Formats: sequence, C-alpha cells, structure tokens
Amino acid sequence: MRPFVYQRASDAPSAIQNLATATAANNVLTEASAQPLAGGTTLIDLMKLDVMRPKAVVDINPLAASWSNVSLDDDNLRLGALARMSDVAANPEIQQHYPVIADTLKLAASPQLRNMASLGGNVLQRTRCSYFRDVSYHNCNKRNPGSGCAALEGFNRSHAVLGTSEQCIATYPGDFAQALMALDATVEITGRSGVRKIRFSDLHKRPGESPQAETTLSPGELISAFLIPGPWPRSVYLKVRDRQSYEFALASAAVALDLQDEVMRDARIALGGVAAVPWRAREAEAILKGQKFDDALIDRAADAAFADARPHRHNVFKVALGKRVISRALHQAATMEI
Amino acid sequence: MSITAPEPKANMGQPIPRYDAAAKVTGKAQYAADVPLVNPAYACLVTSSIAKGRIDGFDMTAAKQVRGVIDIVTHENAEQLKEAKLFSNGGYAGTTIQPLKSADVAHTGQIVAVVVAETFEAAQQAAYAMKVNYTAAMPSATFDSAGTTSAPAKGQLAQFKEDPKVGDFAKAFNDAEIKVSAAYETPPQHHNPMELFATSCVWLGDSLTIYEPSQYVYGLKNGVAEQLGIDADKVRVINAYVGGAFGSKGSMTPRTAIIASIARRLGRPVKLVATRAQGFTIATFRAETRHEIQIGARRDGHLTALRHESWEVSSRPDPYAVGGTKTTTRLYACPNIESRVSIVRADRNTPGFMRSPPEVPYMFALESAMDELAVALNMDPVELRRVNDTAKEPISGKPYTSRSLMACYDQGARAFEWEKRSPQPKSMTEGDWLIGYGCATSCYPTQMAPAAARVRLQRDGRVRVEIAGQEIGNGAYTVIGQAAAEKLGVPVEKVSVFIGDSDLPPAPVAGGSNSTASTCSTVIKVCEQVRQKLFEALTSNESLTNEAKGTVGMGQTPSTPSASNDRPLDLERAFDALGVSVVEEYGEWKPEGAPMDSFQAMYKGQVRMVGGSEMKDKIAYAFGAEFVEVRVNKWTHEIRVPRLVGAFAAGHIMNPRTARSQLMGGLIWGMSSALHEATELDERYARYVNDNLADYLVPVNADVSDVDVILVAEQDDHINPAGVKGIGELGNVGTNAAVCNAIFHATGQRLRKLPVRLEKLEI
Ligand SMILES: Cc1cc2nc3c(=O)[nH]c(=O)nc-3n(C[C@H](O)[C@H](O)[C@H](O)COP(=O)(O)OP(=O)(O)OC[C@H]3O[C@@H](n4cnc5c(N)ncnc54)[C@H](O)[C@@H]3O)c2cc1C
Ligand code: SF4
Repeated sequence: MRPFVYQRASDAPSAIQNLATATAANNVLTEASAQPLAGGTTLIDLMKLDVMRPKAVVDINPLAASWSNVSLDDDNLRLGALARMSDVAANPEIQQHYPVIADTLKLAASPQLRNMASLGGNVLQRTRCSYFRDVSYHNCNKRNPGSGCAALEGFNRSHAVLGTSEQCIATYPGDFAQALMALDATVEITGRSGVRKIRFSDLHKRPGESPQAETTLSPGELISAFLIPGPWPRSVYLKVRDRQSYEFALASAAVALDLQDEVMRDARIALGGVAAVPWRAREAEAILKGQKFDDALIDRAADAAFADARPHRHNVFKVALGKRVISRALHQAATMEI
Repeated sequence: MSITAPEPKANMGQPIPRYDAAAKVTGKAQYAADVPLVNPAYACLVTSSIAKGRIDGFDMTAAKQVRGVIDIVTHENAEQLKEAKLFSNGGYAGTTIQPLKSADVAHTGQIVAVVVAETFEAAQQAAYAMKVNYTAAMPSATFDSAGTTSAPAKGQLAQFKEDPKVGDFAKAFNDAEIKVSAAYETPPQHHNPMELFATSCVWLGDSLTIYEPSQYVYGLKNGVAEQLGIDADKVRVINAYVGGAFGSKGSMTPRTAIIASIARRLGRPVKLVATRAQGFTIATFRAETRHEIQIGARRDGHLTALRHESWEVSSRPDPYAVGGTKTTTRLYACPNIESRVSIVRADRNTPGFMRSPPEVPYMFALESAMDELAVALNMDPVELRRVNDTAKEPISGKPYTSRSLMACYDQGARAFEWEKRSPQPKSMTEGDWLIGYGCATSCYPTQMAPAAARVRLQRDGRVRVEIAGQEIGNGAYTVIGQAAAEKLGVPVEKVSVFIGDSDLPPAPVAGGSNSTASTCSTVIKVCEQVRQKLFEALTSNESLTNEAKGTVGMGQTPSTPSASNDRPLDLERAFDALGVSVVEEYGEWKPEGAPMDSFQAMYKGQVRMVGGSEMKDKIAYAFGAEFVEVRVNKWTHEIRVPRLVGAFAAGHIMNPRTARSQLMGGLIWGMSSALHEATELDERYARYVNDNLADYLVPVNADVSDVDVILVAEQDDHINPAGVKGIGELGNVGTNAAVCNAIFHATGQRLRKLPVRLEKLEI
C-alpha cells in the first residue's frame, strides 16, 4: 500500500470540503486523489492491491449518527448511506415489507464483511474482473484508459453479457443495487451546494468508451441516503453461484410483483452478475405488465431480457442461466406467502 | 453430523483432545511469521508478469525513492547461490528454476527482484514501484498449446520406475463382453494453505536460523546449507506449527536461500511473507492431467482387461510426474493390464506434491470408469467392487498386508442407506432438486521412513519426547505424545512433545502420510530402550517375567491379565538402583526393507520412503469407501452435496478424534476437487487468473452439511511397529469420482472433466 493521509471527518461539510479541495482538478471519481472511507472493504482492498492510489482517505464514519438511520414512513423507506449491511438485513420491517432488500444484503459477502460494509460503499463497490484487480496486467481500459481489455479474449467466465462495450466487459458485482434498481430507488447525494436527488438508475454509467468513469458522482459528493417507494412485500432475490455462500453471483434476479388475481399489475426485474451496471430488465417487465401469470409468457419475458446479450468465450452460459433465474425468481415471488 | 469424539473400536487408541488445541484456539500458537525478531528488515518479492522471455532491465528510480528502502536485489547484483538439485535427484528442491541467477524468465510469477526495507509497508510500496522491462516470448501454457513437448515419464525421473503391465491387454479387451472407453481430465490446483509462504532468516555469526513453515525441517536445513555453501550443522530450521501445507511446503523453494543470502549481506534479520498470489507461482502446485481408460469385463462384472494412459503437465526443465498408475493398475483383480504415463512440458512453474498427489487425479479416472462399467453392466457399483476385490495385486501377485475395502463398503453403505438408491438415473427427485447417489473407492499407500528420537523419563514420571517431526495440522504432537504415554504407561498429560526444530533428532518429511507411522514407530522403539534400561537396573533384585516387562506400566498397574501376577514396576526403586533421576535414550528406527543408506540419508535430510506398491514381497494400502448424495437444481443447475459418508480402514488408529478430523477434512477437500477447486489459466500468457481466495473456490461452511466418518477396525501386523497406515491423504481420494458418479445418477449426464461447473450440465 502507498502512504496516504488519513482524515477523520467531523461533519458532512468538512468531509465534503476535504474531498472536494483535494481533488478539484480530477474528474474521474475513482481516480480522485481523496476518497471517502466507509467500511473500507472495497477501498482498502483495492489500495492494498495498488489498484486505487488515493493520496488522502477521508473517514466518513463519524457521520454515522445522522447517516445511518433506517426509517419507514408512509410506506417509503429511507436507508442512510452509512447503515451497515448486516443491520439492514436483520431489520424485521424491511424483511416484511421489502424482502428483496433484506435478501440482497443477506446473500452478499460474509458476515464479517456485512458487519463492516455500508450501503453507500456497497453500491459503489468495483468490479471483480481479475485483470482489473491485478496491476501487473497493463491492458485494462478501466485502470489504464486506452490500454485495451485483457478480459475480452481472456478468462471471462464471470464477465458481463449485457451493457458492455468493446472497451470493457466487466460485471457490476453487487447484489443490493439490484434491489434498488427494481424498486425505483432514489439516491440522495450531499455535495458542496447542498443535497440533490437522482434516480438510482442514473447513478452508474455503462462502460461505453470510458469504462474508468463508473458513476455520475463528482468528487466531493457523498451518497447520504437511499429512498425507496413501496412497500413491496411480494419481492425476492434469487442468486446463483458456484458455492452456496460467500461468492458473487453468476446470475441473479431481484424481482418484485404486484399480483392481483393472478394478474401482474406491476412487475419489476433487475439482474445481477450478468451486466456491466445494475440492470433493469425493462423489456421483460413490459411483456409481463398487466398480464396473467403464465409460464409461456414468462419465458418470452426472459428471452426479451437477454435479446441484446453479447456473450464471450467463457460466459456464454450466462444467457441461458440468466433466463432461468428470471423465471425461477418470478415463480418464487408469485408463490410466496405474504 | 456428530460433534463428539468417536468411541474407539478394536485396535484404536483413546480419542484424547489435541495436544495443541488450546494454544491454537487461543491464538497462542506461534507460526513462523509470528516469531518476533530483533531489528528485522522486511522483504517483498517482485514477480514476473510474463511466463517466458528475458528481463531487459529495471527502472528502480521510483522504488529507490521510497523512504526506508534498504536494498533491491535482482539477478544483476544477487549473490550467485549454488545450484539447487531436485529432491527426486539427490537434492532438496521442488524446482530447478532458480530465480535471480540470470535475466531469463521461465514461468509466470517467477521472482525477479526482492525489495528490502525498514518496514513491510515501505517494501511493498517500493515493490509496486519497480518497473521491469521484458522481452516476452510466446509461452506454451498447457496441453494442446503450441510448443509443448510430450515424452514417456519412464526414464525421466527416478520415482517413476515402471509402466505397470501384465498379460495381454489388447487381446483381452478385443475379446471382452462388455467394454468401457472414456477420457477424463483434472485441472491445475493450488494448495492454498491458510498460512502463507513466510521465511525469516537470522544470522548469529556464521550460524543461520530459519523460521519457515516446512513439512521437512531436515530437508530444508540441508538444502539451504547446500545452496549457501555452508555446513548443514550451522543451519537450524524452526517451526513449532505449520498452518497447513498439503504438500506445498514439502520441498525447498528458491525463496529461502535467497532471503538467507540477503540477511547475510545486510547483517540483520530479514523477514518475508509472500502474498497469496505469489504463493501460486513461487511454490509448487498440482498439475493438470488427462487420462484415457479402457476396461473390458465379463457380463458377471469380472474385469478382463484394463488400460490406463495418462498425461501430466510439468515445467520445461523438471520432469515431475505423480504417476498414479502404480495404484490404479493394482487395485482390482484383472489378468490383463497395460498403462503408460507421459509428461508434457510447458512454460510453467514446476508442479509438486499436493495431498494424495497420484491418487486424486488417477483414481478420479479409474473410479469414474468403474461407475461407467457398472452402468454398462446394469450392476450395483458396490457389487462391482466386490466382484473385483482381491487379496493380491494383479501386476506381480504380491499380497496386500491387509485390505478391508469391502468392509468399508458394507459399513459405509449401511450408514448411507445405499439400499434406498433406485438404480435408474434421474429417478430420484424432491421438489426442484434431482437427487443422485454415488460411490467410489478410496485408497492410499502405507508408507514409512527412518526416523530418530530422544526420550527422557524423569523420576517424577514426566516424559519429554524430541523428534523433528512437523505439526501441519495432522495431530503430530498428539499422537506422538500418545505413543510415548502408552509405551511408558504414564498419563498422557505427563508427556511433553518437542517437534518442528531441525536441532532435534531427524524425522522424515510430513508427506506421503508416513508421519504417524514413522514417528510413532520410532518413539515406541526409543521408549522400549528407556524401559529396558530401567528393567535392567532392577533385574538383579526383581523377578519380573519377560512377558510382564512387555506389558507392565511405569508406576501403574499391569494392563493385561497375564501380567497381573507381577507387580508394577516401581519407578522410584528403578531410579534408586540406577542412582540417577533421569533416564534419556536416543534411538533410530527404520522400516523393514529400507535401503542400506537410509540412516545416513536421514541425517542429510533425504527420505528413503518404504511402502505402498514398492515393497519386495507385499503391498500395503489403506482403503476406504465413499458415498455421496448430490442434489442438482432442475432450473438453475446448482450442484449441492448434502451428505458425505466415508468408511475407512487404516490399521491401528492412534486417536479416533484426530483421525476423524483428518478424514472429514479429506472428504470435504475431495468434494471440493470435484466441484470447486481449479486454477484458471489464461493460456495467452500462461498465467494463473484466480490467484486469490475470493476467486479460487474452496467450500465454505454452507457447502458442507452432513459429513459422516466411519472408522473401520483393522489390524495389520505386517507394516510397522505402530501398526499404523497413513490416513492424512486417504479421505480425499475418490471423492471427486463419487461426486461425478452421483451427478450421473441424478441427471443421466456423465461429467469427465473437473471441476464440474453448473454450465456443464445440460439437463
Ligand atoms: C471477499 C469479498 C466478497 C464480497 N462478496 C460480495 C457479494 O457477494 N455481494 C456483494 O454485493 N458484495 C460483496 N462484496 C463487496 C462488499 O459488499 C463491499 O465491499 C462493501 O459493501 C463496500 O462497502 P464499504 O462500506 O466497505 O465501502 P468502502 O470500501 O468504504 O467504499 C467503497 C467505495 O465507495 C466510496 N464510498 C463509500 N461510502 C461512500 C459514500 N457514502 N458516498 C460516496 N462514496 C462512498 C469509497 O470511497 C470507495 O471508493 C464482497 C467483498 C469482499 C471483499
Ligand atoms: S473487462 Fe474492464 S475491467 Fe476487466 S480488463 Fe477489460 S477493461 Fe479492465
């Protein structure tokens, strides 16, 4: 690890001040010379691997008093960005009214990591692409813009089939983000000029020509909370992986249904493990919405979700697997006792 | 799964808790890198990002600017160490590829520089700041890569003596009523012990102390001395505990002499803890293998013809091969057998032992093929093994010293409720899950090697045992303590055991599952010497019968009825008669049939292993039968293993508790080798892609639900004084085949290439 300055924020303005001044000249957030530190399970990991090299780390944990609240009013859920994954996963109200949120958190990482990791840090976790995480590979456009992509012709079993570009096929690895996608969450961002809100689906950027730019956040901006309309008691997260725990998804689906007399008044599907960014399967949703729950229809919807898939050598299976995961998750949601 | 220690059956010792349990669970156990050093410098390795080519030069500007950097060692300025010969060629090393000798790069992750600094952090930072310029050539990564060469193993390495053969395979196969031909493949795997490859070197004058996790402190001591050109008596290797090894710490790696040489040059202790990723390339690994098996059988299941041909990958310079045909050609009765092993050379680091090196890949092939034969015969796979069970190995007709394979099958089948299996594939389901039952044979050669020990008995009944064995998690402290306690008739709490130090009397490598047999046989022998001495002091005025001498305890009541007429040995009086308060004996033991030079070799850190299929007039193996329940999700194709049952017979079981742990770990590891573990290669660069514990999958607790180990009672008086067959490498043999056999039963799909990933299922 390279030496860095550790700054402990006393309040939000000072944190933002420290982050913004240190990095004013630099636009790509992930390359910014000052990085906020929450649980550190992504940031410190990548610093040890020499992938991230901030000159300063601003510890935002002192903001937890105001930024880790979880509240449910008028059926709208507010999750503070510094809430710990384990606390939110264990919250009985969330388990009851937003099971998909509890599931995405519970099925992620390990208990130790969930105890450390924050929700804000979680949505900003970075790809697990092995070539990205090993700096001895020169060719990684995300790390060295313009250097090529080692994964394109390399070992790409875990890589994405949706939303990729010729520049980068890395998978967005997180689980929780899929719940936020499916439920149309809003992100509350606190910056120098106060608070702004954006749709969660506008937070992450597809790799396109510049995979190094991963989000629409600017240096000096912090996620302070997530706002989720609801409730969504009929919602599930299905995560498929090689081992039963402590692993990222090969394919996953966060599904929420508003089902009345077997008719899907609303259907929400977000996909993990298969896409470059948190992924909403809107084409599939459109096929389902207003229709009676029916196997053939669900197969059509699953096909639609992967119509634009672009697999590579080792991840061809993700297309078929992803479709089956959608179908199973929809079945689980439809049959769950609420 | 029961958590209480198993009750001992016939010919089993007491299930006492581990000697080192408290130290380990309280964090008091000191591993090599935990040993505090005075004023150490910290080393970090820089390893090559190319697999083949040359180093053109280094740009060290940035690295040198890191505050606290003391030295940067490369091939341009390193001390030229003496050649390291392979352990299989009269040396100690696991590879002859010696880094820091020239600009050549022979494999990915080869050490190209060592940065030494005042702190670990500075060393790491400078290591990252090092720029190495290479001229890279196109490497040959593995089987089928352009530029690899293949040649028969026979004649290339001393360990591989023969391609076993008997009868006329071609004719018998041609005439066979039922035939099976199939090809199998196993992937590269890395040991990934929890404890990283650490080395600390401390010089005091011209004496060197090395703290390093090693499965063979005597080998390491002698090997490093040879490379440094110093007297082996000046080198001491210490490791009270080894945090897992699985073969990776059995032979010397290049790092040790390099760190020792840097410590000498700097005149201060140097400490290295290589990273997890570096562990994939600075030590050995289990290489990928390919197999073709042909079996001919009569309709009643009797084998008439068997052919096993295999290919293994090794490095360019070193002919390493595990050659498991020595086991697979001798397992079942069959009059016509042929085999061949070839080595394929690629631009890789040299592979080496990994837990059951030959048996894991080779038995996967044979035991999968046996299952395919059972299907072709429409016969129960357990019955197929019964039909072909044999008391003599078929190649040269030598008798097995003992063989309880079918007892294992019967007890295992009962515990598993094998009879509930409906034979048709795809015939058992529950909800979304297809259920499959599979089984396979497990076996491992019984091996022994010479060792020496020192045993001290005090007048107060306290005992000190010294032997340079290694505690690699195998329970060495515990069983050595038990062996001494039993022989001397003292409570085990009174025995202190000292191992893991090359200043102690030599013991062999903790490998090949020989440790318990060798060290306990030796300790038993030296305890006899102690007893003899005490008895002799008393015989003038005592009238103990010889029989009583053999059974009576020290200060305890005689243990057998035949001895009960005699009085227990009175320790006080024996010591009075001797006129001392301590009796100490040093002794050496070597197994029957060990070569003449065994003891000399032992002191030089070279093992002369005896056993398995390589004894003159007999063959010795431990056996087991493994049963697996697999569940495959119809929709997602996830594969889960809710149940593992293994029944094992391995001669005298010193301690049913530690034995069960070993075998349980083995079963889990075996499942892992079917479903999880594989090192992924990027063939373009001949590099390992998943060189970390997040991506190199091993089972987590959630993957392991019910593991049942059955210890089958067995007595074998033809192997060694302890009556012990090794079990360390028994449990993980055959499990991979049992899992695939169960997957076939669940899905109707035969998977012949490991690891099985869900995308390989086409259901
Ligand atoms: C071995 C392992 C396995 C894992 N498995 C899974 C898994 O299965 N599923 C899964 O979803 N995740 C998994 N993770 C990822 C883990 O969930 C994330 O690392 C964690 O959620 C990140 O949270 P944190 O608080 O530790 O973030 P940090 O590491 O502190 O921060 C992450 C990034 O976000 C920035 N940041 C943090 N907080 C804020 C904020 N409020 N506003 C703006 N920027 C911020 C930091 O500067 C940093 O760049 C795994 C991680 C590991 C190490
Ligand atoms: S997929 Fe993206 S992150 Fe991975 S190597 Fe290519 S550019 Fe880098």
